[in-house]
Order: sequence, then C-alpha cells, then structure tokens
Amino acid sequence: MPIKTEPTIINLGPQHPSTHGVFRLRVSFDGEKVINVEPVFGYLHRGTEKLAEERTFTQIVTLTDRLDYESSMTNNLAYVEAVELLANVSVPERAQYLRVLVSELQRIASHLIFTGFFLQELGVFGTLLMYCFRERENVLDLFEMLCGARITVSYMRPGGVTQDAPPEFWKNLDDLLNKLPQLLDDLENLITDNEIVLARTKNIGILSPQKAIDSSVTGPILRASGIEWDIRKANPYEAYDKMDFNIPTGSNGDCFDRYLVRIKEIRESINIIKQCIKSIPKKGPIKNSEVPFFLRPESGEVYSSIESPRGELGFYLVSDGGIAPYRCKIRSPSFINLTVLKPLLIGWKMSDLVVIFGSLAVNMGEVDR
Amino acid sequence: MTINLSTTTLIDKIAQDLGFTEISNLTDSILIKNKELISIATFLKNTPKFDFQMLVSITAVDYIEYFEIVYHLLSIQHNQRAILKLRCYDRESPSVPSVVTIWPGAELQEREIWDLMGIQFTQHPNMKRILLWEDFKGHPLRKDYLR
Repeated sequence: MPIKTEPTIINLGPQHPSTHGVFRLRVSFDGEKVINVEPVFGYLHRGTEKLAEERTFTQIVTLTDRLDYESSMTNNLAYVEAVELLANVSVPERAQYLRVLVSELQRIASHLIFTGFFLQELGVFGTLLMYCFRERENVLDLFEMLCGARITVSYMRPGGVTQDAPPEFWKNLDDLLNKLPQLLDDLENLITDNEIVLARTKNIGILSPQKAIDSSVTGPILRASGIEWDIRKANPYEAYDKMDFNIPTGSNGDCFDRYLVRIKEIRESINIIKQCIKSIPKKGPIKNSEVPFFLRPESGEVYSSIESPRGELGFYLVSDGGIAPYRCKIRSPSFINLTVLKPLLIGWKMSDLVVIFGSLAVNMGEVDR
Repeated sequence: MTINLSTTTLIDKIAQDLGFTEISNLTDSILIKNKELISIATFLKNTPKFDFQMLVSITAVDYIEYFEIVYHLLSIQHNQRAILKLRCYDRESPSVPSVVTIWPGAELQEREIWDLMGIQFTQHPNMKRILLWEDFKGHPLRKDYLR
C-alpha cells in the first residue's frame, strides 16, 4: 500500500536572522524539496511614493536615504539625477566627480555587507561578517567626514552636493584604498577556494540569462548570468564616461557567480575611485548656485536610472509645475529582482533556500518602500 | 549612450506590420489602445529590430480624468529604450490586460499597481495585494484617497 504524504508548509520569517529585514516566505516542502514558495512582504511599507507627493523636490532627498539603507548615496544620486533632468539643472564638474566617488564607496560598503551576510547564511558565523563590517566602518567614517551622517547621508542636492570634502577625507580615503585590496585578497583566500563554500554555492540556484532578462532582473544578478549590462557603461552619467573600468560577468549564473561578481565589482570600484582622485578638479564650485530653494520644474515627466549596487534604480517623476512632484515612482531593483525568487527556489533543498535567497541580496527597505 | 527609440519609427512600424493606426504620439512615448496592448507588446518583444526583451518598469499615474499606465521597455542588445502608455477612463473598476505572459517581470509590479492604485490586470495569475494587507480599504496612491 502506498504511503499517503502531504506537503509541509513552513513559515520562514517575518523575524528570521537570514531574511535581511522583515520578510516572510511561506514554503511548501515535499520532504526536503521546495515545491512552492510564496513571498510575503510589505512589513516595512512606509508609503514613500505617497509621502513624496507632499514634499518639495529638495525634501524628498531625505526620503530616498531610507529606501535601501545600505546604499543611501546611490539612492540620493538616482533621485537628484531625475530632478536635474526634469528641471534642466547642470552640475559643476567637481560635484560630478564627488558623486562618482561616493557612489563607488557606497558600492564597496554595500557589497561588503553582502559578502559578510552571504557567508553568515552559509553557516560561517560571525568572523567573516566582522571582517567585512570592520572595513565598511571605514567607508562610513569617510561619509561622516563628508556630511556628518553615516547611514542617512542626504549628501546630494539637485545641482550638486552639500559639502566639499575636508582635507582629512582625502588622507583617510588613501589609507582605505591602500588597505582594501589586502582585505579582498584575504577574503578571497578564505572564501573563493574554500571547498565547503564551493560545495554549497557552485551550481546551486542557477539563473539562465534568458530567464533573467524576461524577469527584469538587473545588477550583479544579471551580470552573474553572463550578460554584460551596466548602466554606468551603457548610459554613462555624471563622470563615468571618463572612467576606465571593466564589467565583471559570471558564466554559470549560480550563487557562487553572484558572489564572485560582487567581489570583482569591489575591485573595479577601487579602480574607479583611484581614477577619480587623480582627475577631480582641484578647485571649483560643488553646487549649482542658480538652483532656487523651491524648484518648480515645468510640467512634464522624466525617467532616469542609475546602476545602484543592487541593479537599476530608477525614478519616474511627473511634475505639474508645482513645488512637489505630482507622482514619484521608484523603480527599486530589489523589489523587481524578487520576481525571480519563486522560479529560482522551486526544486532545491531546504538548506539551499537561504543561500539562494541570500545571493539575491534584496534589501527590504527598498522592496517595501 | 542609451537612445530613446524615435516614436515616429515605432508608430510607422506598428502601423505597417500590425495595421494599428490609432496610436498617438506623445513626443517621448506612444499612447496605444488597451485592446491592442498584447499584440503590440508581443510584436515589440519579438521583432529583432526592436528586441525589447526587458520590461524595466510599469507604473500608473492618476490624472483624475483617467489613469495612465506607463511601460518602460529596454533592449539590452540595441541599448535602446521606449515608453508605451495606456489610458483607463473607468474610475470604479479600471482594468487593463496583464503582460505577465510576455514579460514575467511584470508579475510583482502589476500586483503593486493593483494594491496602491487600484487597477486590475486581467489574466494575471495572482491578482492580490502585495504591500498592504488583504482587508485594507482603498488604494492610497489615488489622488482622491483620504486618510
């Protein structure tokens, strides 16, 4: 007589150390195999898009800090870029370089968090996470020198940046850049050739290039699937057209590639920052002084996007000529990358679930907005 | 640089190959009829000249007289973008066809639009609220929503 079986339903989260915030997965298991997944989120929904409709164009900068709180600088940049396009505001050259510089620093910080937590999810508790956080701390110190804040920076304004970098910033930046490659080598020594890491991540959670494009996946996940697409190269904004860098891509599209692409991106970022330091204009304005306190862009709409550490971060702004946007849509990469979670998880074992989810590196602040 | 595909090229090609002639040119985007959406979307995705394989984002704007649904398309191969728009004049129960079968990336975004703007997507596999809870009343991004 056949044994009657039925799927087990397990709730992963909302409070769970590996869900990077408040996120719930309702997973149906057949034995150890995942047969269905239902992501449940919205626990962190603050209505940013609605709030933006009641704030002036400058005030919204502070809202963008709180989207992806691990990369506030790039959120600021994506937003002010859209406003500048909408209101036809030009940016002084020194400010453009400063923007590139801080976004790359932010990319390093964000990818370091990813690496630390990804290892945490593989069961390496504490040590590597602390190594990564120790270096990220230096990046945050640099941000503190720039604008007084570490996480919610609000550093950028339509038309420029708020403050110029103090002299000690450049010294500390040099120290960090000298230290980072050694840290990356150490990390890679510990992780990249580690047999256990390879066994847990190689050929796990494979995302084919076609599936990635169909599901609107962007950022390191798309590149890990072998597609060379980076908005910094495809549509250079700010000073990126003067930078020389490579786009790291993976070949398999598995969890290991998603990790390796990010590590390689940190190295590219260091390279970009070095070029920035070399070619930044030594003097000059950091803010367009003609930008009025209340920006009133003409009626119209604009979509502008940048390459954030998680993918294409875009803002779709509609103006009706007032001091606040009529509509402010945020195209958040984490939210859209989650589309691929269900097809990616089905068929894998329970122990791979957290690894695959971790390799997507979603940030709930940005998913729920 | 990413180019925005010229709207006249798009309109001409669609009229030539699909025979849809009632498409308005909104300078940076094209406004199409709701019932023609699926055929135009399939055409734009599968024609090698356009190759709009990726649906970057979908959003909706409440202009009070009508809702506008905006589709941002991207072709990675040609490095070009295009914008499609639909209008929906019904305020009581607005609905437009879902594009999930063409671009699976629309799944969560269409649910978000239903949740926050209250526009139904027909033939969507799982048309439920996504950010707010199931028995939430109203759709907050509408201009007439009162707290």
